[in-house]
Amino acid sequence: MKIRFTAQEEAFRDGCAAWLREQMEGPFADIRGIMSQTFRAERRLEWERVLGQSRWSVIGWPEKYGGRDATLAEQVIFAEEYARSGAPGRVGHLGTELAGPTILHFGNDLQRERFLLPIAKGEEFWCQGYSEPNAGSDLSNVRTRARLEHGPNGAEWVIDGQKIWTSLAQFADWCFVVCRTEEGTKGPAGISYLLVPMKQKGVTVKPIRQITGDAEFNEVFFDGARTKAEFCVGKPGEGWKVAMGTLAFERGVSTLAQQMTFRNELERIVAAAKENGSARDPLIRQRLAEAWVGLRIMRYSALRMLSRATTGSLGSEALTYKLHWASWRKKLGELAMDVAGAPGELCIGEHYELADLPYLYLFSRADTIYGGTNQIQRNIVAERALGLPKEARGDR
Amino acid sequence: MQFSFTDDQNMIRDSAREFMTERCGSQQLRHDMERAEGHDPELWHTIAGELGWTGLSLPESVGGSGLGMVELAIVLEEQGRVLYGGPLLASCGLATSLLLECPAAAARDAVLAKLASGDSVAALAVTDDRGVSGLQAISATLSEDASGLRIDGVASFVLNGHVADQFVLAVRDRRGGHDGYAVVVVDSAKPGLSIEKKPAMDLTRPYARLVLEDLREFTLLVADSGECIERGLQIAQIALAAEQLGSMQAVFDLTTSYASQRIQFGRVIGSFQAIKHRLADMMVICEAARSAVYYAACVVDEYRLDREAHRHELAEAAALVKVHCSAGFHDVAGNAIQLHGGIGFTWEYDAQLYFKRARATYNLLGVPAVHRERIAHLLGLDDSTEAA
Repeated sequence: MKIRFTAQEEAFRDGCAAWLREQMEGPFADIRGIMSQTFRAERRLEWERVLGQSRWSVIGWPEKYGGRDATLAEQVIFAEEYARSGAPGRVGHLGTELAGPTILHFGNDLQRERFLLPIAKGEEFWCQGYSEPNAGSDLSNVRTRARLEHGPNGAEWVIDGQKIWTSLAQFADWCFVVCRTEEGTKGPAGISYLLVPMKQKGVTVKPIRQITGDAEFNEVFFDGARTKAEFCVGKPGEGWKVAMGTLAFERGVSTLAQQMTFRNELERIVAAAKENGSARDPLIRQRLAEAWVGLRIMRYSALRMLSRATTGSLGSEALTYKLHWASWRKKLGELAMDVAGAPGELCIGEHYELADLPYLYLFSRADTIYGGTNQIQRNIVAERALGLPKEARGDR
Repeated sequence: MQFSFTDDQNMIRDSAREFMTERCGSQQLRHDMERAEGHDPELWHTIAGELGWTGLSLPESVGGSGLGMVELAIVLEEQGRVLYGGPLLASCGLATSLLLECPAAAARDAVLAKLASGDSVAALAVTDDRGVSGLQAISATLSEDASGLRIDGVASFVLNGHVADQFVLAVRDRRGGHDGYAVVVVDSAKPGLSIEKKPAMDLTRPYARLVLEDLREFTLLVADSGECIERGLQIAQIALAAEQLGSMQAVFDLTTSYASQRIQFGRVIGSFQAIKHRLADMMVICEAARSAVYYAACVVDEYRLDREAHRHELAEAAALVKVHCSAGFHDVAGNAIQLHGGIGFTWEYDAQLYFKRARATYNLLGVPAVHRERIAHLLGLDDSTEAA
């Protein structure tokens, strides 16, 4: 058991920290520390391209796909330094963290050759076509359907249906779509995992304004949208396995970057508490300390999870991770608002512009919902980690 | 960076679990609760001699195995699973932690050698009658009169103090108008020391209260030692948290197993979300505790290699494990009673023993609120610009 990085790894840290600092203090100073997911989107797409060109976008990927074959420790270090530098949330994360790893792991050579480099270089952006109006927590209830057609362009999938809560679809070039390709099937059977171009006639994106006033997520309508037959990841009808595999990548190295973001947030709250004097309130002090305890423990848990992943598969403790951080951050949001006090309620600009802490307060309400609600996470922990019986279903 | 057990560490855990499960079941525990010693001396003999756990993390120079805090945490976790009442935590986890912070000297090493072999059992005396631990709470005083050095005062909540033959005692050093702290070792048989066993709500592990009156015979290990007492207590907190981890995991496992078997409304109760969701929350607490304890144990090992470099990190780690494991164990044990229903409230069933142990260890070496306040201090909250 060893928790330190080697001297060589620390040298790697210094290298990437210096590069990131240079970027965030120089050409990209204007997007440093942005919390909103959509603010200054064009500049952030540029930032994605610079990351790609400098091969800092997906360092864990193989070199031939635009990565650096970085070790796990190096990925951890880069993720930490990225957040420490104040670099903004990755607009490309659905490609770099979900679509890319899925294609790398479950795709074939043709798909890898076609898709990975453009993701790595920040040339193509992705969104995730999972949830539907009637398939939220019950994700396998998808109704979006696709059929194979043989036309003048060869064999193509033709897709009809609707997705919802699709983050960053407005910037996406591609969507990985979970849809039903076998008539008459129900649940996980008969689902396929298709890679569908967004910029086409049959795809309509309608933004949904959310609690923060932003419109980070969208409705996406597929109306005779098309994609090539070979852009199906895994075998047709066996896409559920792939879809679940994608979700497992959400528990990867990016969790550590996310934690550095959380750390930045907690530091802002601490600074605010010191400034407005609430740091002297014994109850606020207890809660700030408790938040810090949770943050540190999440880091240790993530390191433990990742260490185990290098030796084989993720342990069952990994299943508790989403529930842990989501609950923690919702509490952090409440603490942020309590520290901000009544002034936190006031907008700081037109168009519903909120200060950082109130923004965090509102945004953190999403954490216990997206990527599997806390209630679904508890089912997953209880059923998969503890072996308790499955929920009874009303429909099959 | 490899934050997982080595093969050797896995082996230590497996054999410790096997041994403790076999030799310290619930029946044995209840039998031991009735004994004057509160534990089985023969079993302790095996633990100290054959198994060598008492010397596990002590240097080879004093007859130990030279392993680290991670290995000690592993056996403390395993003995915590079965609520072992013998002095393993008290002697090897608590008293030893403070001894190892005292400067290496022949007198200290002689004590450690006797602890390593199991010939002697030590207890840590750093707590006052209110249950407060640490520098501010030290009430025993070292002074000097015409016939030499003497110690007077009280130390309370001395874990397993009734079976210890040596006490590692923190004292206020008031010699010659001085006001500092010192650490001494006192033999239990010396005149001027009276030891009173204090049965507690947690019957599995009694405390003792020490009254020191004109105590003249003791070994002064270190004077001007506020820093060494604080560091020693921090490491002791980590040892205690390792035990809490084992206990909370065990009572959680007990509850999961009950929920998987108990049938109501024609279904096992673990199939109801009201039950399974609470179990999931309990698992989050246990897994977080596991990450925290072993990280903190690694910090101790690094601290012992380079004390200056890792002082701050040790202080942080010690506070956070005590906060999380104390509050977590109490929470998990309380939920265990609830999920068991009526049977969880009975004397016969073990849930109550875990609940009481949770409360005892919650208080020991400082309640979570005290340690959160320490963290608040470490976070720099005292530098607030404005008075609230």
